[in-house]
Amino acid sequence: MIVPIVFLVICIVGSFFTGLPGGFLVNEMIVRLSRNLILVLSLLLPVITGLGLNFAITLGAMAGQIALIIITNFTIGGTNGLLLSLLLSTPFAIIFGFIVGKILNKATGKEMITSMVLGFFANGIYQLVFLLMAGTVFPIRNESLLLPSGVGIKNTVDLAGIKYSLDHLIPFDKIDLPFFQWLSEYPVCTFLFTLLIFILMGYFLKTKLGQDMRAVGQNVEVAAVSGINVEKTRVISVVISTVLAAWGQIIFLQNIGTMNTYGSHVQVGLFAVASLLVGGATVEKASWKEALIGTFLFHFLFVISPLAGQNLFGNAQIGEYFRVFIAYGVIGLALVLHAWEKDKAKITISDI
Amino acid sequence: MKELINKVGFPRFIISVFLICLIMLAIYLKIPLSGLISDILVRFGMNAILVLAMIPGIQSGIGLNFNIPLGIIFGLIGALISIEFQLSGFTGLFVSIIIAVSLAIIAGYFYGKMLNKIKGDEMTVGNYVGYSIVSVMCIFWLVAPFTSPELIWAYGGNGLRVTVSLESSIAHVLNDFWHFYIGSVRIPTGLLLFFGFCAFIIWIYSRSSKGLSMIVAGSNPQFAISNGINVDKQRIKGTIISTVLAAIGIIIYSQAFGFLQLYNAPLYSAMPAAAAILIGGATLKKATIIHVLVGTVLFQSLLVVALPVVNIVAEGSMSEVIRTIVSNGIILYALTRKEGELA
Repeated sequence: MIVPIVFLVICIVGSFFTGLPGGFLVNEMIVRLSRNLILVLSLLLPVITGLGLNFAITLGAMAGQIALIIITNFTIGGTNGLLLSLLLSTPFAIIFGFIVGKILNKATGKEMITSMVLGFFANGIYQLVFLLMAGTVFPIRNESLLLPSGVGIKNTVDLAGIKYSLDHLIPFDKIDLPFFQWLSEYPVCTFLFTLLIFILMGYFLKTKLGQDMRAVGQNVEVAAVSGINVEKTRVISVVISTVLAAWGQIIFLQNIGTMNTYGSHVQVGLFAVASLLVGGATVEKASWKEALIGTFLFHFLFVISPLAGQNLFGNAQIGEYFRVFIAYGVIGLALVLHAWEKDKAKITISDI
Repeated sequence: MKELINKVGFPRFIISVFLICLIMLAIYLKIPLSGLISDILVRFGMNAILVLAMIPGIQSGIGLNFNIPLGIIFGLIGALISIEFQLSGFTGLFVSIIIAVSLAIIAGYFYGKMLNKIKGDEMTVGNYVGYSIVSVMCIFWLVAPFTSPELIWAYGGNGLRVTVSLESSIAHVLNDFWHFYIGSVRIPTGLLLFFGFCAFIIWIYSRSSKGLSMIVAGSNPQFAISNGINVDKQRIKGTIISTVLAAIGIIIYSQAFGFLQLYNAPLYSAMPAAAAILIGGATLKKATIIHVLVGTVLFQSLLVVALPVVNIVAEGSMSEVIRTIVSNGIILYALTRKEGELA
């Protein structure tokens, strides 16, 4: 529990130096939690199944973005657009997740670095498809999506059609009561959806398949002996993780309202992993509590660090770099500590 | 055909075929080959030492050293200090190398110590330790007490420039040393000689008894222990040499490039180096100078030839895309092989 406490202290101290009003911070955090929780949640299953931190949720984010490009191409907006994009992203995410799972099964013991390189590799393919093939191989109907030359998707795609379509799904602002007017400013529906996913995840972990995943995560040999198909369980775990990441990315982008075609997905894995670890999760153990605490603390730090840097050092850039350092540093530290403990455990066994 | 592929290795076969296609396309598009070959030679010399830095890591058993940024940071500091004291030409180059090497030895030692505590996870950990160091150094570049007008922003802004021009200090020192022309192909003799010198030292070292004990410690730790070799010490040695080579490598790279790139530039520097040596035929367990030569030549030629060809055929930053796909693809390929199998 030491990691979240340290970060909590940094956050509290830092927030004094920002001079930001508490109300602003609370509002900012509510929005950030609503758009990031599902992405962080998507990391849980691979950790439980013993695959470590799945940096390849980038591929899930790509699946989400592919679906968003498709609905923008056919100019379908509003709630229909959102539901359609969630629906469309799922088959893509299942295929990507299946491929990732198969590849990770081939790299047993090196899953994390493999998933990371896989993310970079997939990013290359993604760029190839959307820079070179969109408009040539794949016909694009909506010309506002294309670069002026007619080949390749623009760097920024306007998602005005589906902006806030989940956040404001329930029209509270139509009810003329102060409470509902107040409520309508917050992404209530997104939180309900996130809650639903949390509950379903908790339920899933109690099913046979969920228990199998825990068993595989704890000890592969024992799981295999007791008749669990280890490789299949690992693949399913990655598939679910990728699908959740796809949905998470769509929900993230419907809140932002614009999509950076070649950039929005790149940092998804990094920030989600850092969030989970800040919450006190390890490479082997993570639960919804750590996801929730970690997302809150990490993004709180994200909000305050530029201003804190400005006020403490007279340079906002220091704060900017500091938060990048936090993201990388916390992952680095968590990995070092985890590997260290694993190594120590090895020594004690051989001493016996 | 199948025998040929098996003999050359699948990745090298694919990349060679792709390269030959690109070269033929370049000839068809009337892109001057002599210019391409000059570029390939320079890019080879620029990158080869960074690729060479992968060898001690693999030999001593820490796998691909994804923490190349650690060495690169100290190389950059060395170069910055020599510019701060207004050194130029060969004096500047050697002073920066000496400073960089001495700092890199210290850093490599502590990094090696750390790696000994986390055996089995060197690559993942190394990657993120590298990222963390690069991001810490971003803050350092902002507050570093350098005063030379070459290094800091002319007015406004804090800290060092994002790219520092080496025009008045060490730019092209090695490239221009004893350079000559064959036809219209420019041979950067100094650059190639310097790489030859480094490669020769590494080659001699891997033949010596000290180098051999490092290789044994890396390839078979149990066997090494039974022969009285201190495995942990050998791994530290490999890490130090790798870090030192990375520090030298970035200085050579920068003098050929003409600029020092600070801040986020070193972040992904390990990927192309790792990719190059794997393309050359190295595995996570075995690497030699030949792998460096073949890999760097293939990888850099691919990038050099692809750039003008792709710019004519397609639009946008396609050569960057090709670089991403090839370099990460080959690393992925090596990671998913079974141990010891040829990549």
